[in-house]
Amino acid sequence: MTQYIYLTVLLPFLGFLVNGIFGSRIKNEKVIGIIGSGTIGLSFLIAAGAFIQTLGMPVDDRKTFVTLFNWIKVGGLNVNIAYQVDQLSLVMALIVTGVGFIIHVYSIGYMHGDKSFWRFFSYLNLFIFAMMNLILGDNFVLLFLGWEGVGLCSYLLIGFWYDRKFEKSTTADAAKKAFIVNRIGDFGFLLGMFLIFMTFGSLNFNEVFARAASFNVPVSVFNFIALFLFIGATGKSAQIPLYIWLPDAMAGPTPVSALIHAATMVTAGVYMVARCSIIFASAPSIMILIAIIGALTALFAASIGLVQNDIKKVLAYSTVSQLGYMFLALGVGAFTAGIFHVMTHAFFKALLFLGAGSVIHSMHDEQDIQHYGGLKKYMPRTAMTFLIAALAISGIPPLSGFFSKDDILWYAFANGSFLLWLIGAVTALLTAFYMFRLYFLTFEGKERFGHDKHPHESPGLMTIPLMVLAVLSAVGGFIGIPALFSGEGGNRFENWLEPVFKSANFKTAGYGIYSSFDEIALMLVTVIGAGLAIYFARYVYLRNPQFAVNTSKRFKGLYNLLLNKYFVDEFYDAAVVNPILKTSDNFLWRIADVKIIDGVVNGTASLIELISGRIRKMQTGVTQVYAVVMMLGIVIALFWVILSL
Amino acid sequence: MRETRDSSVAALPTQNRIIMSIELILFIIFGLVAAVSGILMITRANPVMSALFLIVNFGSLAGLYILLNAQFIAVAEVIVYAGAIMVLFLFVIMLLRPEHEKLAFKIPGIKAFSIVIAFLVFFQLAYVIFFAHPGLSLKPDVAASIKAGTVETIGRELFTNYVLPFEAAGYLLLAATIGAVVLAKKKFD
Amino acid sequence: MPVPIEYYLVLSAFMFITGVAGVLTRRNAIVVFMSVELMLNSANLTLVTFSSYLGNPIGQLFVFFVMTVAAAEAAVGLAIIIALFRNKLTMNIDEINILKW
Repeated sequence: MTQYIYLTVLLPFLGFLVNGIFGSRIKNEKVIGIIGSGTIGLSFLIAAGAFIQTLGMPVDDRKTFVTLFNWIKVGGLNVNIAYQVDQLSLVMALIVTGVGFIIHVYSIGYMHGDKSFWRFFSYLNLFIFAMMNLILGDNFVLLFLGWEGVGLCSYLLIGFWYDRKFEKSTTADAAKKAFIVNRIGDFGFLLGMFLIFMTFGSLNFNEVFARAASFNVPVSVFNFIALFLFIGATGKSAQIPLYIWLPDAMAGPTPVSALIHAATMVTAGVYMVARCSIIFASAPSIMILIAIIGALTALFAASIGLVQNDIKKVLAYSTVSQLGYMFLALGVGAFTAGIFHVMTHAFFKALLFLGAGSVIHSMHDEQDIQHYGGLKKYMPRTAMTFLIAALAISGIPPLSGFFSKDDILWYAFANGSFLLWLIGAVTALLTAFYMFRLYFLTFEGKERFGHDKHPHESPGLMTIPLMVLAVLSAVGGFIGIPALFSGEGGNRFENWLEPVFKSANFKTAGYGIYSSFDEIALMLVTVIGAGLAIYFARYVYLRNPQFAVNTSKRFKGLYNLLLNKYFVDEFYDAAVVNPILKTSDNFLWRIADVKIIDGVVNGTASLIELISGRIRKMQTGVTQVYAVVMMLGIVIALFWVILSL
Repeated sequence: MRETRDSSVAALPTQNRIIMSIELILFIIFGLVAAVSGILMITRANPVMSALFLIVNFGSLAGLYILLNAQFIAVAEVIVYAGAIMVLFLFVIMLLRPEHEKLAFKIPGIKAFSIVIAFLVFFQLAYVIFFAHPGLSLKPDVAASIKAGTVETIGRELFTNYVLPFEAAGYLLLAATIGAVVLAKKKFD
Repeated sequence: MPVPIEYYLVLSAFMFITGVAGVLTRRNAIVVFMSVELMLNSANLTLVTFSSYLGNPIGQLFVFFVMTVAAAEAAVGLAIIIALFRNKLTMNIDEINILKW
């Protein structure tokens, strides 16, 4: 089955083509939905088959390569369309196709009645195609192809309802913002790729990583490569300073937010860093930078999420925050912990978004949680699954989020520093708090919506995916039980991924050994803290809502700052966007384009006109004038004869 | 042909006589006539006068040809040029009655410029003639030149070695005749 | 002393120049034609001069053909002038300037 891994890439592409070309003519939504989801379902089955087959292989030899054809062969550059099946790509493939399939099925219900139903599914399939290229490719070029492809699909899908307004501008503006900010990151990624090619002479993963481990390359080169690659990751995975597009990306339909901006695209950066672990491990200072940025982003985004009133905005900032956790893990060398959190986060964040979509759908596109309240009565299944997801993200055992988040916090403490752990722990408390603020304000308490809204439970097509994800969020963590609890086997997930990061771990080895007592102690601290945060949220938002209002009034400045997202967008506008616009308008357009370029072109034409105007007066039409000119020629010829005498 | 009046030259004393043969005298006479009539031709306002001066020019040229022992050419010059072509010219002048030309030129300065150029070319040619010595190695052989100028010699050359150009010239004249007739005839309405 | 060849050549050059000046200066088409005939004659003179001084009749043979061609050309040229005169009623060649810019 591993030989057919390329089908997982090809099938979604076929789905894109079929739905894209014939979709507008197929009037039956069911058919479109089946085509769209079916391809992903098949891909998932193939990936699962490949997984089972790989399980049967010996531990050190779990890599399979499937080469389709030779793509680029120019000078020293040799790039194939080839896919590699190893432990890391299998994990990602299963997540992408599995969660992707669930979300596709959900979308059949959510997008029911939309006039561009077929376009939505073709874009979704295109997205999966690009994402699979990204995670299955065996060289940087194929990864970059997928990288750009998911950026494109993100743009297409965020701006799906292109005729709608969104906050102060339009959905098209939000889509553009996503694309452009991603592009800035991609520029860094490209520079990294160029440096890699220059240093190691190849862009194939295996060749590059083998050479990275053995060549004698100065650390500064590794630092630059790692830095550029990381800049690309900040763009794609929404870290400081390029996270600004993700909250605006909520302009798109909720399944898009679930699939792209929670489960898959944003984890592309994490995957890339994990894949290039050997490069990052050889650049310790950049690893520290990654950890710091990850931790800061986590805290920063969590603080903003505390006071947002749009349900999707809260979830968006939550995503940014959780991504920060993943980068924190990568930065301290815990690559497997980062990937583990990718998996659990995919489960519960997708569930959160889909649940939010269910609420929005039944409340007729109302997204302000101040107008929700008490919806548990009307949408029990949504409420239940949402609660499970909220518990998971808050790190309450034995749900999946507890295991992955705890893994990260432990490694932050052990491999990083106490400060990193502290930031992570505080963020965990904030996460629990704002998540349950969201839950309580939406599903519990007094009903704060008008009588024109009739909330109802969503159809089965939407609630069944919710329940599947809820199960996964609940039990998905058991695969990564830390060595502490699972006995001889050790952390199964970690063991599975170990061979991929072997050379990287070799370089980062040598961290302090801590006792299991420390591990348990830290675990307890975070769990108890999370529990307290939940209880506090319950107190504030359920028992004593006035408390929240008073607090916001008392700390008015801070509240304003958080509500306005620290004015980062405004700062970027003033510092970067507007100067560029002004320069472009005044200088590049008015002077460079109109005066200089047009001036040169028009000037050449008018110069020729001028010269020809003078010259054509020679054509008088009087024959004798021509004869005079001929005589002039004879004079010159005779002069020449005389001179040569 | 006008006679000039330099019989005074022959009256010089023999000791101080300038080495001047009759050929030179005749050359000077004919040459002056040719040059002067040429200049007069181009400066007359009345085209009939220009034609008549051209005829004088042709006549003096015929004299020069005889000086050069080119008998046939001299006679042909008078018959063809002065006798036929100039008559043709005079017929056309008579037919068309061109008015006397006002000597102003539409494009000012061209006239002066062209005269300057003409002078320039003349001086260049004179310089080349005198300083390049095209005739340096020539020894004038009178007997040969006499023989070369006879009708007999020319006729023999014409009808043996150069009979093809001769026939071609005939065709040329035929074509010219037809062309002239076609171009100049009145259209039949 | 026979006439030096340069004298004939200079005379021929002078006639040629006179013809050129006539062509360039006069406006009447017929006078221009006559100037062209003058130029042809100067060439004839040069040819005959060299033929005489070389003792070679070929030069005079050439003059024969030049005369033939000059005659033909004069006939056709005058026919053209007549045709032109019929259309434009002018014989001033600087009024025939359709090829002007």
